[in-house]
Amino acid sequence: MKAFPAIAIASGKGGTGKTTVAIHLAALLAAQGRAVQYLDCDVEEPNGHLFLKPKMERSESVGIPVPVVDAAQCTSCGKCAEVCEFNAIAMLKKPLVFPELCHGCGACALVCPVGAIRETSRAIGVVETGRTGTIGFAQGRLNVGEPMAPPLIRAVKARRNPDAIALFDSPPGTSCPVVATVRDADLVVLVTEPTPFGLHDLALAVDTFRPMGKPMGVVVNRADDDRRVQDYCQAENLPVLAELPDDRRVAETYARGELVFDRLPEWRDRFDALWSRIEECL
Amino acid sequence: MKVVITSSNKTLADPIDMHFGRAKFFILADTETGKAVVHDNAQNLHAAQGAGIQSAETVAKLGAEVVITGSVGPKAYKALQAAGIKIALLEAVCPGTEALRRFKDKELPVLDKPNSEGHWV
Amino acid sequence: MKELVVISGKGGTGKTSLTASLAGLAPNAVLADCDVDAADLHLILAPDIRRREDFRSGHRASIRAADCIGCGRCAALCRYNAIAPAAHPSDGARVFTVEAGACEGCGVCVWNCPVNAIDFEEQVCGAWFVSDTRHGPMAHARLAPGAENSGKLVSLVREQAREIAKRENRDLVLVDGPPGTGCPVIAALTGAHGVLVVTEPTVSGAHDLLRVLALAGHLKIPAAVCINKWDIQPEQADRIEAAARAAGATPVGRVRYDKAATAAQRRGLTIIEADANSLADDIRTVWKQWMDFAKEAP
Ligand code: SF4
Ligand code: SF4
Ligand code: SF4
Ligand code: SF4
Repeated sequence: MKAFPAIAIASGKGGTGKTTVAIHLAALLAAQGRAVQYLDCDVEEPNGHLFLKPKMERSESVGIPVPVVDAAQCTSCGKCAEVCEFNAIAMLKKPLVFPELCHGCGACALVCPVGAIRETSRAIGVVETGRTGTIGFAQGRLNVGEPMAPPLIRAVKARRNPDAIALFDSPPGTSCPVVATVRDADLVVLVTEPTPFGLHDLALAVDTFRPMGKPMGVVVNRADDDRRVQDYCQAENLPVLAELPDDRRVAETYARGELVFDRLPEWRDRFDALWSRIEECL
Repeated sequence: MKVVITSSNKTLADPIDMHFGRAKFFILADTETGKAVVHDNAQNLHAAQGAGIQSAETVAKLGAEVVITGSVGPKAYKALQAAGIKIALLEAVCPGTEALRRFKDKELPVLDKPNSEGHWV
Repeated sequence: MKELVVISGKGGTGKTSLTASLAGLAPNAVLADCDVDAADLHLILAPDIRRREDFRSGHRASIRAADCIGCGRCAALCRYNAIAPAAHPSDGARVFTVEAGACEGCGVCVWNCPVNAIDFEEQVCGAWFVSDTRHGPMAHARLAPGAENSGKLVSLVREQAREIAKRENRDLVLVDGPPGTGCPVIAALTGAHGVLVVTEPTVSGAHDLLRVLALAGHLKIPAAVCINKWDIQPEQADRIEAAARAAGATPVGRVRYDKAATAAQRRGLTIIEADANSLADDIRTVWKQWMDFAKEAP
């Protein structure tokens, strides 16, 4: 096992308790005196800060490079518009750039025969870093209405402290931002619920991460006597790392933005056991 | 003058398509000769993104000076502006012939700002 | 025809269960499941699929090891770090490969490889369907794992639903929208006539709600708000409704916390069908108040 692995906490759908698991793991590891960093990669809806209440130290704007055409140099050859896979350049009398569609790939500047394209940065959000006690904290906040989440997620992960266990709080779902989050994780912890929706979305997540060659484990949150998720895990050879019981007091503590162990000490043991299982999987 | 009518089908007898960006067909009509040519916009319709921009590019390539349509999103508007193409606005669906007649009779207002929220539509 | 969307700033607020129930209350609606990343509505509505089409979007690079001369130009140019060196499977020579899931499909490597060793195939990113359900016709989709551009697929599903509505003369398209505030949500909301935001009385629920309302405001869509499981934290529910009002939205009812919701889901039924009395009444009230609100909204 690496001294400082990166663990992504993900879930096929939102609201399964992914953030709850991530922040409690962070709190647990910190209490054990380990170096840990929580990185909120759910840049559309970063929520970890509401519970960890970090003291922010830095806020940096993150942008992606977008092209600017120098009309005086441009010969209107149209090559830039042709090469752009994202339809971010329209060839009218002169090329017209739509920065909000640009993925910042650099193809247009490379292809321009007369060097008429230079790049500037277009802000898509901010990365904030700080700490809560000994827990390192980093989060991205995507500007509302901004479609380009993956570059901001990459920027959050670039703030990773190599000398701490990294916990990536992933966005929900299985699309590109999730893949961007999980990409360099050593283990993916999938949090799910014992419901038909939970099981269905868990299976989608497994289908997403398996081709990436990611080791995975499952946490069944709000577990009860419905065993379909556990049966699925057994059939798919996925370790069940923990079954966290349905406890209305947990929902209430969460609703107030408090840590569960502060009120319900038996939950500390549950997370202790979960962490031991995670270590085994690593 | 060459005008483009956004159409739901292939002829001027068919009802117009109110949405510029994702119009199924463009009918290029010459107001002097009355000649009309249809252009299938299916390819842009299914563009991954920026359908409105691509549509504007197509219309510019067709050599239109005016587009007759119902709504234009902000990106398509910006692109049409850059191409120097005017937008004549219809408030309700009607056959292409009717749209053309009303345009010739100067009954249609010229759109001077985008009138639909863009992004994917 | 009106197009009304149900969303939730964050997932797991019971949005899909609620939408399924609303579908049962809407007499003449077409349904659209636009939560294409994690489409769940079909688990309750058991659609009978009438039409299935591939969803294609974008391209993916892949390097033919046999033709790659290992110059590394592609890896140097790729801004997404999607290309890494590897050993050729047969002779161990240095070649480059594209990492699964990392390619953005920009084409830079393809156009710049000196020996044209890179393929650039169009991707099948999922499928979309038109189906019949016991509560009316439904358009839905499945995004392939890790695929992007779900915004485009959302637009496509909405377009299909609108077409059905036009064809069958139905006056309402009811959309189950995606979570978050990113491109899929924008695609689900753009041009809609109204939105119902389902939230929970938690600090994160309140936080996400305000982000979503900002988006609805930006797109000028009349917003209604419904608090699910309101009785977990009644004071928080009051605060959220006040904050929603201040943000220009209209509260249209509260739904209680009741395990009957999960029980109904396990039986593949909507809450209304599962006959959970008081819970079903809460939902009926939300439906009625939302419809009254939507009628008055421009
Ligand atoms: S940088 Fe890439 S995405 Fe942006 S405009 Fe140029 S070619 Fe298009
Ligand atoms: S490639 Fe360069 S010269 Fe050609 S149209 Fe684009 S900016 Fe102008
Ligand atoms: S640019 Fe072409 S030849 Fe060079 S490493 Fe890449 S794929 Fe191989
Ligand atoms: S297509 Fe673009 S993103 Fe994909 S591997 Fe090539 S350069 Fe990288």
